[in-house]
Amino acid sequence: MRQGPPVGLVAVLAGKPGWRKHLLWGCAGLVCWWLIYRSLAPFAMWFTYSLCGLAKESHLGTAVEFFVFESPKVLLLLTLIVFGVGIVRSFFTPERTRRILSGRRESVGNVLAALLGIVTPFCSCSAVPLFIGFVTTGVPLGVTFSFLVSAPMVNEVALVLLFGLFGWKVAGLYLVTGLIIAIFSGWVIGRLRMEKHVEDWVYATKTGEAGLEEKLDWPARIRAGWEAVKNIVGRVWFYVLIGIAVGAGIHGYVPENFMASIMGKSAWWSVPLAVLLGVPMYSNAAGIIPVVQALLGKGAALGTVLAFMMSVIALSLPEAIILRKVLKPRLIATFFGVVALGIMLVGHLFNWIM
Amino acid sequence: MKLQILGTGCAKCNALTMATEKAAQTLGLQYELEKITDLNRIMAFGVMMTPALVVDGKVKVSGKVPSVDELKKLLA
Repeated sequence: MRQGPPVGLVAVLAGKPGWRKHLLWGCAGLVCWWLIYRSLAPFAMWFTYSLCGLAKESHLGTAVEFFVFESPKVLLLLTLIVFGVGIVRSFFTPERTRRILSGRRESVGNVLAALLGIVTPFCSCSAVPLFIGFVTTGVPLGVTFSFLVSAPMVNEVALVLLFGLFGWKVAGLYLVTGLIIAIFSGWVIGRLRMEKHVEDWVYATKTGEAGLEEKLDWPARIRAGWEAVKNIVGRVWFYVLIGIAVGAGIHGYVPENFMASIMGKSAWWSVPLAVLLGVPMYSNAAGIIPVVQALLGKGAALGTVLAFMMSVIALSLPEAIILRKVLKPRLIATFFGVVALGIMLVGHLFNWIM
Repeated sequence: MKLQILGTGCAKCNALTMATEKAAQTLGLQYELEKITDLNRIMAFGVMMTPALVVDGKVKVSGKVPSVDELKKLLA
C-alpha cells in the first residue's frame, strides 16, 4: 500500500508553516514506528534462537519468543493508539456530552450515550461526580448507565489491540456487542424505574455550570496526545508486561487444546464461569488481551474468552465500591446483574454461531 | 487570590495541589488555598472530572494536572 497524505491536504497545509512542521514530524515519527514494528518478529527470532541459543519448538523457546515479540509490539501499538485517541478526546468533554444527553428520551438517549462513552474522556475515579452531574441535569438514569457501561468497556485500547492481534472481525464484534450491552443494560435499568435506589442526597445536589470552554489549537491537542501517552502507558505498561508473561507461559507450556476442555464450546457453563471469574479481576484492556490471545490459541472458544474479557474490564469491584457512595445496594446489584447477563448472552451467542 | 482545589482525595488531587502551590509561589502571588473534598460543593462548581482548579470562583482546570509552567500562565 502506498503511504503518504493525499495531495489536496498537502496543498492546504502548505500555506501554514506551523502545520507543515507538525505534519513533517508526524510522518517521520510514523515511518520510524512502522520500521521498528516490522522488525520485531525477526528480532524476536534472532534473540531467542541465536543469541540465547534456545532450541526451536522447545517450551522455553516458544515462551521466550512470544514474550520478546509481543511486549514491544503491544507497547508500540498502545502508544500509537493512545496518542491518537488523546487527540480525538481533546474534542470531547463530559460537559459537552452531558449537554447532548440532557433531556433525551430513553432508547435514542441510550444509543447516543453508549456511542459517546467511546470518545468522552472517562476515568473510574471521576465516576461519582460524573454520575451526579448527569442525573441532576436531566440525563435519565438509564441513559447515564448506558454511558457508564460503555465508557470503560468499549475503549480504544481494547479495540485497537484486538484489531492488531486478531484482526478486524474480532475487533468489530467486540465493538458492536459492547455497544449493544451498554444500550441494553441502560435501557433495562431505565425500565425498572430505579431512581429511588439512588442515594437520596444525590438528586438534591445542585450542579452548577463550570463554564470551562477551552479553545485548543493544534499544538495543544498534540500535547494532549502526549499527556495521554505519559498517563496511560506510564500507568499500564507493567500490567501489560505481566499479562504478556502470563500469556507466554500459557503459550509455551500449556498443551495445545488443553483449554478446549474447560473453556471450549461444549462446556456450556464456561461462559458464566468466565464472567464470574472476571469480576474480582481488575485489569485494563491492555493487560488482559495477551492472556486472551494465549487462551484462544490453546483452543478456548471465542465467546467464552470475549465474555471473560468484557467481565474483567466492565465489571470491577473497585468501581462498585466507588459507586456505593451514590447508589443503594439494590441498584448496584441490578447494574452488575444486568451487565453480567448481557455479557453471558453475547458469550453464548458467539459460541453458538462461530 | 483565592485558589481552590476540587477533588475527593485522589493521588492526582495532591499532585495538582502541589503544582499549583509551586506555580503561585514562583510567581510571588498572594494567595489563599483551599482543598474542597465535599461532593456537594464540588458539584456546585459543575465539575464532573476531578481534580479541578478554581481561581477566584472560576473553574480553570478540570480532569487533569497541568505542568507548573501551564499553571503559571493560568494564574498570571
